[in-house]
Amino acid sequence: MNDGNGSEMPLIRMRDVRKVYPHPAGDVVALDGVTLEIGHGDFIAIMGPSGSGKSTLLNLIGCLDLPTSGEVSIEGRNVRDLSDDELTELRRDCIGFVFQTFNLLPLLNVVENVEFPCILKEGSRGCEERFLPVLKAIGIERDLFSHRPSELSGGQQQRVAIARALVNDPRLILCDEPTGNLDTKAGSQVMELLMDLNRRGRTVVVVTHDPRIAAYAKRKIEMMDGRIV
Amino acid sequence: MVIFFEFAKRNVRLNWLRSLLAVIGIVIGVVAIASMGILGNSLYLSVSDTLTNVGDTIVIYPHTGTVSGGMQGGQSRLSISDRDMIEIERTISPSRAIPVRTTADRIQAGREVTAATVYGLRPDDIPVLLKRREGAFLRSSGGAMVGMRLAETLNLRVGSGVVIGEGGESLRIVGILEERGIGFDINPDYGIIVTDSWFYQKYGNSDWNQVIVQVKDLAQIERVKDALDQKFNRREKKFDILDTKQILQTILDAFNRISTFTVAIGGISLIVAGVSITNVMMMSVTERTKEVGILRSIGTTKRGILRMFLYESLILGLVGSGIGGLLSFIGGYLALAIMLQSTNYLFTPSSLLYIPFGMCFGVGVSMLSGFYPAWKASNLNPIEALRHE
Ligand SMILES: Nc1ncnc2c1ncn2[C@@H]1O[C@H](COP(=O)(O)OP(=O)(O)OP(=O)(O)O)[C@@H](O)[C@H]1O
Ligand SMILES: [Mg+2]
Repeated sequence: MNDGNGSEMPLIRMRDVRKVYPHPAGDVVALDGVTLEIGHGDFIAIMGPSGSGKSTLLNLIGCLDLPTSGEVSIEGRNVRDLSDDELTELRRDCIGFVFQTFNLLPLLNVVENVEFPCILKEGSRGCEERFLPVLKAIGIERDLFSHRPSELSGGQQQRVAIARALVNDPRLILCDEPTGNLDTKAGSQVMELLMDLNRRGRTVVVVTHDPRIAAYAKRKIEMMDGRIV
Repeated sequence: MVIFFEFAKRNVRLNWLRSLLAVIGIVIGVVAIASMGILGNSLYLSVSDTLTNVGDTIVIYPHTGTVSGGMQGGQSRLSISDRDMIEIERTISPSRAIPVRTTADRIQAGREVTAATVYGLRPDDIPVLLKRREGAFLRSSGGAMVGMRLAETLNLRVGSGVVIGEGGESLRIVGILEERGIGFDINPDYGIIVTDSWFYQKYGNSDWNQVIVQVKDLAQIERVKDALDQKFNRREKKFDILDTKQILQTILDAFNRISTFTVAIGGISLIVAGVSITNVMMMSVTERTKEVGILRSIGTTKRGILRMFLYESLILGLVGSGIGGLLSFIGGYLALAIMLQSTNYLFTPSSLLYIPFGMCFGVGVSMLSGFYPAWKASNLNPIEALRHE
C-alpha cells in the first residue's frame, strides 16, 4: 500500500475541529479545537478519560459525523463537500470500523456478516473469494461460519467484526475500544491482529483507556476535555 | 438488492406474530374490497341482463302533465292520433315507429280467469318487436299471441282459445312469445297481443297509447330524440319522449353507486389495515435503530435502508393480498351462490377484475403505510442510531 500521491497528502487532516452537541441544559462541547494529521501507514492510539471526546473524534475521522466547525479532509477531500451518498461510499470502501460492542448484525450468520460490505460494494457475485481468506487470516474456523453472532464468544465476535471491517480492503481501520469487552488474552490477540494489519500497510487508529493496548501503537494521542494534550 | 430483501424476510419471520396480525388486517381489507366489488358487479350484471331493450329504443307517450295535449285531435283523451303518427313516422324516418294500443282486461281460458294487459299491435310490427317461442306470428284479426308467463298461468297452448273481456268471441292462440323480462316499452310476458284492428273493434279507440321507435343506428338516438322534441314539444309539451338507454342508465347508475359505496367501505377497512402496518413498521424501526446505525456505519446508503424497510411492508402487503385474493374468490362465490342463486356472474372479467384490483390496492396501501417508517429509518443519524440500545 504505497500509493504515490499519499506520500504528500495525509490520509486525514483535521484543522481546528469543534464538535458541539446541542443540549437544553447547555451545549456539550465534545471537541474543542482539534488539529491532527494522520498519515498513510500510521498506527495511532487515542487515550484519555471518559467523556474526553475520543469516540467523537473517531466518528469524525470515519466520516460518520460532520464537525460543527473546522475542517476535516480525507485524502484531500473536505468532508463538507461530499454528499451523504459519497460519505457512505467512503465508509464502505476506504474505512473499516470496529466497535467495543462488536455491532454484528444479529439476523445474519458469520459469513453473511463478513461479506455484507462486499455485497454492498459489488453485489453478491465475487464475494465468496473475498471472505474466505479474510476469515482464515483472522482465525475463524469453518465450523463457525453458519453461526449467528449470539452463538459466539466475545473474542470470536470481535474477530468476525474485524473480518467484516477488512473485507473491502480499506486503507483506514478505526477501532473504538476494540478490546474493552474482551479478557486480556483475547484482547492481546486482537491487538496482534491490528499490528499485523498495520505492518501490511494499513492505517490503524485505536481508541483505548488501556496503556498496555496503547503500547502496540506507533504514536499516542492524549485527550482531555475535547482537546489534544 | 437481494440482500435487503433477505433482511426484510428474516425480520418478518423473526417477528412473525406481529407480522401475522398486520397481514390479517390486509387480508380483511382485500376481501372486503374484492368481494363487495364482485357482489356489486354481479348484481349490476344480473339487473342489466333482466332489463331488455338496451339503448336502441325511444318510447313516446302522451304528455301527462297537461290536459291540452289531448285537445289537439279534438278528443279529451290523452293519446296519440293517427295524424300524430304520420308526423312521427316522417320525423324519425328511416327508423321504424311501432304504435301500440294498451288496456287491461279480464282474460278467460276454459275455467281459468285472470287479468292481463292487452296490446293491440299492427301485424307487421309484431315480428320486429317480439320474439316467438312456439307457433306462428299473429297475421290476422281472428287470433292472439300470449306472453310466456300468462300462457303458464292459464295453461295455454298453441291452438287454445281465450276470451278477452266480458263475453264475446273466442280468440285462437296462434303463438306463444319468448320471455322478454322487464321492458321500458311494453311488458308482454304477462300480456296478450292482438291486432290493432281487432283492438279497435273491441274497444272503439282509434288512437294509440304509445309509440315505440326503434332507432336503426344507436349513434342517432340523440338526434332522433331532438328532432321529435323540436317537432312536437316546441310550443308546449305534447309528448313525453323517453330514451330507454337513459332510463336504463339511471337504474344502472344507481346500482353502480351502491357498489361503489360498498367497495369504498372495503377501502376504509383497508386503510385501517394500513394504519396497523404503519404501526408495525414503526415498532420495527424503533427496535432496529441500532441495526440501522450499524448498517449505515459499514456503508449502507439511505436508499438501502429505505428499501430494506419498504421490502418488509411489501412482504406483508403481498402475503396479505395473496391470501385476500384467494379468500375473496371463495367469498364472492359463496355470496353469489346465496344471494343470486347463480355464480355465473363471478366468472365474467368485469367481476373477476375486482380481485386483482383489491390485491393491488392492498399492496399499495401496505407500501404507502410502510413509507413513512422506512423514510424515518433511512434518515436516522448514524451516530445516534449506533448509540441507541
Ligand atoms: N450524541 C450526543 N449527544 C449529546 N452529547 C454527546 C453525544 N455524544 C457524545 N456526547 C458528549 O460528548 C462528550 C464526549 O463524548 P465521547 O463519547 O466522545 O467521549 P469518550 O471519550 O469516547 O468517552 P468514553 O471513554 O466513555 O467512551 C461527552 O460529554 C458526551 O456526553
Ligand atoms: Mg467512547
